[in-house]
Amino acid sequence: MIDRRKIQASTNSRFTRRSLVLFGSQLSLAGILGSRMYQLQVVESGHYTERAERSRIRPRLIAPVRGEIYSRDGTALAENRQNYRVVMVREQTDDIRLSLQKLSALIELTSERQEELYETIRKSSPFAHVLVAENLTWDEFADINANAPALHGISPEIGLTRHYPKTDITAHIVGYVGAPDNEDIKRAGTAKGLLKLPGMRIGKNGIERIAEDSLRGTAGLRRVERNVHGRTIRELFRQDGIQGERLDLTIDLDLQKYAIERLGDESGAVIVMDINDGDVLALASTPGYDPNDFVLGLSQQQWNALRGNEKNPLMNKAVAGAYPPGSTFKMMTLLAALENGINPTDSYYCNGALWFGNRHFNCWKRGGHGFVDAITSIKRSCDVYFYEIAQQVGISKIAELSRRFGLGVEPEIELPRVKSGVMPDRGWKEAVLGEPWYSGETLNAGIGQGYTTATPLQLAIMTARLANGGYNVKPRLIRGRNGQAIKPEPLRPLGVDAKNIAIVRKAMSSVTNELGGTAYKSRITATGKEMSGKTGTAQVRRISVAERQTGVIKNEDLPWRLRDHALFVAFAPTDKPRYAIAVVVEHGGGGSTVAAPIARDVLLHAQYKGKPPPDSVPKEADPIFGQDPLGPV
Amino acid sequence: MSISILNGPGHLSIGTKLLRLNWVLPVFLAIVSGVGFAMLYSVAGGDFDPWARAQIIRFTVGFLGMFIVAMIDIRIWYKAAWPFYLFAFSLLLAVEFIGISGKGAVRWIDLKFIRLQPSELMKIALVVVLARYYHDIRPDRVKSIFLLIPPLIIIALPAALVLNQPDLGTTVLLVSGGIAIMFMAGVSLWFFFLLGAGTGGLIYAIFGSCGQDWQILKNYQCRRITTFLDPASDPQGAGYHITQSKIAFGSGGYNGMGFTEGPQSRLDFLPEKHTDFIFTTLGEEFGLIGALALLGLYMAILFIGMLTTLRIKHTFGRLIGTGVCFTFFCYFAINMAMVMGLAPVVGVPLPLVSYGGTSMLVILFAFGLLLSAQVHARVLFKKREDA
Repeated sequence: MIDRRKIQASTNSRFTRRSLVLFGSQLSLAGILGSRMYQLQVVESGHYTERAERSRIRPRLIAPVRGEIYSRDGTALAENRQNYRVVMVREQTDDIRLSLQKLSALIELTSERQEELYETIRKSSPFAHVLVAENLTWDEFADINANAPALHGISPEIGLTRHYPKTDITAHIVGYVGAPDNEDIKRAGTAKGLLKLPGMRIGKNGIERIAEDSLRGTAGLRRVERNVHGRTIRELFRQDGIQGERLDLTIDLDLQKYAIERLGDESGAVIVMDINDGDVLALASTPGYDPNDFVLGLSQQQWNALRGNEKNPLMNKAVAGAYPPGSTFKMMTLLAALENGINPTDSYYCNGALWFGNRHFNCWKRGGHGFVDAITSIKRSCDVYFYEIAQQVGISKIAELSRRFGLGVEPEIELPRVKSGVMPDRGWKEAVLGEPWYSGETLNAGIGQGYTTATPLQLAIMTARLANGGYNVKPRLIRGRNGQAIKPEPLRPLGVDAKNIAIVRKAMSSVTNELGGTAYKSRITATGKEMSGKTGTAQVRRISVAERQTGVIKNEDLPWRLRDHALFVAFAPTDKPRYAIAVVVEHGGGGSTVAAPIARDVLLHAQYKGKPPPDSVPKEADPIFGQDPLGPV
Repeated sequence: MSISILNGPGHLSIGTKLLRLNWVLPVFLAIVSGVGFAMLYSVAGGDFDPWARAQIIRFTVGFLGMFIVAMIDIRIWYKAAWPFYLFAFSLLLAVEFIGISGKGAVRWIDLKFIRLQPSELMKIALVVVLARYYHDIRPDRVKSIFLLIPPLIIIALPAALVLNQPDLGTTVLLVSGGIAIMFMAGVSLWFFFLLGAGTGGLIYAIFGSCGQDWQILKNYQCRRITTFLDPASDPQGAGYHITQSKIAFGSGGYNGMGFTEGPQSRLDFLPEKHTDFIFTTLGEEFGLIGALALLGLYMAILFIGMLTTLRIKHTFGRLIGTGVCFTFFCYFAINMAMVMGLAPVVGVPLPLVSYGGTSMLVILFAFGLLLSAQVHARVLFKKREDA
């Protein structure tokens, strides 16, 4: 028993001892655990907190509402319209196909489109809102709302889309928006995230493109908390975006409409400009297109039709069509001559051609004009007179003066893809063609042929600068931002003698207002509303030698695309000029017969702010004097 | 013996037993379980369903069961030791054939009303049977080398089955629990030195075998070890658990985000947030203070358990007490270490807090045994020599 007790005692003390050892080691392990807690939650806490925030809080941009564009009289040209659309959220339906099928009973949804959507939805995140259809009518939208409980996963939404109420009338001015492409996103810099938002549109053409920065507005921001699957749980912060600027254009919608109407089926351009502040009241280019088609997405068929049209509806001919100015250039040659000491009363004899170098330079009038002075040269558009003075003044001085009037210089206007035309001289030819200048080319340049090209906008600028007495008026399309009027730039004189400009203006008046003027038929008879102008015809094809012998083929006998361009520039009223106009009708024939009447009608419309009284134009029966059937070249 | 009045079964009335019962321990167990309910309520997004309510019911059942177990004479548990072990062992065998797969391992038997995890049961059965084994052998023969062999077999057989499931965590728990009892029973320290060296070598071999022809572990186990050593090696895969757990736990700071406010848990960044990783949520919502408090509660239970055990006069009770305490310690220490990136993710729940029926019931049952040993601290066993 004693032995057993001893053993018992030693067993007891060993148990206690080992209990202590065990508990001691457990305590130290607990100490390690405790210090690990301290390490994670105190020492490294900041690091983990930051990582936690980063994984759960996501900034999300809110697309700003795009600024709207209005005409001069406050009519919306580009507005944001409610876009009734339906989206599908995969998570909310068990059967995507069934839901789509049910939806197809309410709106048009072809089975191919359903299949396409099924694939898209299947592949996207379960919480993503996938666009099923948009721009629905109110009735369709109401139908979907009424049936919403049966349409699992389908939710109706109201968004905004850009709408152009005036469609093709202002298409070339306002332009259109479209989804940003990769290039746009690359260029965007800090706005990259905004451009990547679903449904985001940016300006692709016209004012929409040029004024993108002011129209776009400032993106809003919201911070959302999302879970590991990417589903947004709640919004932590929200700051709405700032709507883009409202732009007020200089365009007089009524005049614009009229100009488009007046051009009719022709392919051409009309620009009406205020000669003092540069406000572009009308900038028409026909044919146009419906910019809304671009917003909704153009079908291949529509695209092909637009691209295949020989009248090129996508091109804004007013700023991007560069045409030989023809006789409308003669004011520049004359002014350069007057500036350089040619006496306006000096006459030259026109016998129908000028022998220069080793060839004949023909006047458009084969019989010749006889003695021609400065005024008559413009009035009757005598080519020989201009050959003579161009030769005397030289190309450099003509080109220098023309540039001051905006030719060969890219005009500053709030439109994309603006062409600068060509005002050739020795340097230009050397640089572009690598060839020396031949004196004969000066003669051609003197009548606006040869290398010289100008856009209708440039011709309007030139005319405006002549009409305002030689000031550097610049065209502009935007006259106000957010209701705040923008002051036009103060005018600077171009450094041309007012006397000489007066002579040119007098000559231009004789074109329309004097018997024998090339556009006398298209004169305005209303007192105080008279117009002064200049006709021009630009050759599209070269006239062959054989043709010169047998007589030039009449324009009407040629295929459309080979006919001459008809040009006319003018200002009105003659005495106290206010408006300048340039009209180009592609392949229209003669400037006096096709372009001048359009210019007259548009200028009348501008001056009367609407339909003019019937006696403001000559009667139909008015005899035609001094008119050559071919028209001036 | 001085307290011979207690000789033989049924000598104490239930009332006496209830008076004797160490009430401090159940109170602490209830407190910790209460923490568990709160956390399950929180991870459900502030809802008793789906987890907290079920856990409360299980706890209630288990808690009452614990008292019933405590009232039963320790000698009856002594007699039940071998049948209990064999029962648990046969269930383990049964898992091999009719078990339910889950997460790449076969661990459960579906008994319709409960999904039983026999390996959990085996942890207690092993404690009981080893306690009986060492109770039965004469104290002076404890250090005999020959007598080391049976307990090693008793440990090795279920350990092999569990490892085969495969369930590395439970295997480690089983083996270390068994070894702890052997240590407390008084087995020569040399054995433990040798065992330590041998285990070290084995672990080295196991780790070294990963990726070799003679790989011992399953691929996912190797991966867990690799990712434990370098969680960044696989941030979206196996390392994801550890990384996300550390982020959530670390972002708790001193005071935590507040009850039910832990964003990482609420937003599902945390995997297994209601089971093995519930401690992370606690750390995120209650910060260092909360985490240390829970650790303190666990250590208090451990300390009370050890103190209680020291007062038990018979070897069987003492070893049961030690085994229960040690197993309990292993549970929370391994779980916390794993969640904080100190140990590989081995799938050990946080005792009384993690959502799970079997582990809750088994732990309460184990403490019931400890309490039974405490209540019957001075009963006399019929010694074999006396028989």
